[in-house]
Amino acid sequence: MSTPTSTTAGPAGVELTGLVKSWRSATGPVHAVRGVDVSIARGETVALLGPNGAGKSTTIDMLLGLAAPDAGTVSVFGMSPTEAIDAGAVGAMLQTGALVRDLTVRELVTMMASLFPAPMVVDDVLELAGIEEIAAQRTNRLSGGQTQRVRAAVALVSDPDLLVLDEPTVAMDVEGRHAFWTTMRAFAARGKTIVFATHYLEEADAYADRAVLMARGRIVADGPTTEIKAMVGARTIRATLPDVDLAALGALPGVVTADRHGDAVILSCSDSDAAIRALLDGHSDVRDVEISGAGLEQAFLQLTGGEEDGWGDDPRAEGARREESIR
Amino acid sequence: MTATYLRFELLRTFRNGRFSIFSLIFPLVLYFVIAGPNKGETDFEGIGLSAPLYYMIGLASFGAMMATLSCGARIAGERSVGWNRQLRITPLSARAYLGAKVLTAYVMALLSIVLLYASGFVLGVRIPAGDWLQMTLLILLGLVPFAALGIVIGHLMTVDSIGPVMGGVTSLLALLGGTWFPITSGFMYDLARCLPSYWLVQASHVGVGGDGWGARGWIVIAVWAVVLSLLAARVYRRDTARV
Repeated sequence: MSTPTSTTAGPAGVELTGLVKSWRSATGPVHAVRGVDVSIARGETVALLGPNGAGKSTTIDMLLGLAAPDAGTVSVFGMSPTEAIDAGAVGAMLQTGALVRDLTVRELVTMMASLFPAPMVVDDVLELAGIEEIAAQRTNRLSGGQTQRVRAAVALVSDPDLLVLDEPTVAMDVEGRHAFWTTMRAFAARGKTIVFATHYLEEADAYADRAVLMARGRIVADGPTTEIKAMVGARTIRATLPDVDLAALGALPGVVTADRHGDAVILSCSDSDAAIRALLDGHSDVRDVEISGAGLEQAFLQLTGGEEDGWGDDPRAEGARREESIR
Repeated sequence: MTATYLRFELLRTFRNGRFSIFSLIFPLVLYFVIAGPNKGETDFEGIGLSAPLYYMIGLASFGAMMATLSCGARIAGERSVGWNRQLRITPLSARAYLGAKVLTAYVMALLSIVLLYASGFVLGVRIPAGDWLQMTLLILLGLVPFAALGIVIGHLMTVDSIGPVMGGVTSLLALLGGTWFPITSGFMYDLARCLPSYWLVQASHVGVGGDGWGARGWIVIAVWAVVLSLLAARVYRRDTARV
C-alpha cells in the first residue's frame, strides 16, 4: 500500500493493544478508556465513532503519544508514537486548537514544513487544502472554516503516512465539510492511512472503509460502515396505546423490539415505514405517534446495555441483535 | 530545519505590536522622562555615576528583563490555543522549542539594550568601548534567570492571568533591583542583593571602571539561574505529561 511518498517501510499498520487510561478528577477517577484493541491496516480509512465522552479523544491522544497509556501498547508502522512522529510519519488535526498569530497562512505552513524531514512542497499543500486564495492573509484574521482548512494543511504538510483527525468538521458548515472531505479523500487516494474521530454517523458512513464504535471507553462494535450504519441507524416509534399485547407489537413488520412505559409503547424499528403502516392499520386507537431517529447516543446506550431503553436487559448477544437490525 | 522555525518565531515576535510597545518603547520613554531632567548630574545620589548612565543601565535592564520574561507570555499564548500540542506531533525537540523561545527573547532584549544605549549616548553618556561591551555581556548573563523564570511562568499561568502576574513580578523586581532609584542601605539593600535584578542594574558599575559583579553577584545570578532552570525543566515535563 505504500506510495513513492512514503516515509515508512514495511507492512505494519497501526496497532492499539489493550489500551487503558484513567484520569483523576475532583469527583474521583474517570475511566476514559477501559481496554481498547484496534488493528488498522496501511491505507485504510477508519472512523472512530462514538458520542461525547466515549473515549475517542483519549484514544487518539495515546495513538499520538500525547498521553501515556496506563496499560497497553501503541504501535505505528512498527514504531512507538514518538519514533513515528520523529520520522515525519504522523500528521494530526487535534480536536481543540487554533493557530498561532502574527504569521500569514503561507508563512505558517512553511514554518511547519521546515520541522519535518520530507515535507510536501508548500504550494502543493496550499492547493490540496484549498487555501491558495487566503495564503497571504494573517492567521488571526481567518473565519472559523478557513482556520480549520489551514489546520488541515498543517496536518498534511509532513506528507504523513498516518493522518489522525479528531472531530475535524465540528466547526464547519455543510459546504466546508464537503470541501474538507474532498481534500481528505484525495489524500487517502495516495495510499495513506487515515483515522478520524466523529460523532456523525453520516460522516463515518460516507468517508470511512470501516467504523469502530466506542462507548464508555470500550469498543462496542467494529466493522464495515454499512454494517455499523444498519446497526445504529434504527428509528424509534413512540405512541400512546394502552392495553396492547406487546408480543403482537414486537411481531409487526419492521419492528425489532417493543417495550412499554405506562400507557406509552416504544418500538425500536429496523424499518420504521413498514412498522408505522402496520401499527396504524392494526390499532385505530393509537395516539400521539412520534417517530425519531435513534441518535447515536441512544444507539450506543442500547449497544452497551443502557438502563433507559428496552434493550437494557435483553439477553441476546450483540451479534444476533446486529443481524436482526440489518434484516 | 530549526533555522526556518527560528526565523518565523522572530518574525512573529516583531509583528506583535503590543509586545514591541511594552518592552521596547516603554523603557525608552521612561528613560527620557526620568533621566532627561537630571542630564547634568554627574554624581547621582552620591554613588559616583551620572544620572543618564545610571538610568540608562537601569532601564536597559528593565527593558531586557521584560523582553526576556515575555517568552513566558508567548508560551502561555501558544498553550492556550493548543499549539504546544500541535508542535509535539512534529519532530521539533523540547530543546529546540525552548531554545527558540529563549533566543527570540534574547534578540528582543538585546534590541532593547541597544536602543537604551543609543538614548544614553544622546543624553551624553560616554564610556570606553570595552566597558560598553563588558556591561552588555554582564546584562546578557544576568538575564539567564529571567529567561528560565519566563518559561516557568508561561507553563503555570493561563493567558488571562499571565498579564497581571508578569506586571507584578517585573515591577517588584525592578523596584528592588534599583531600576528607579539606587538602593544602598537597610533591609531593602539586603534583600535586593539576593535578587538577580539588582545585579542586572549593578552591571552599570562597569561604566565607571568597577568590576560590575563581585563574587556575591556571580553566585546570586548562578544560583537563580540553576534553580529556575531546573524548575523550568520540571514544569515543561509536567506540562508534557498532561493532556
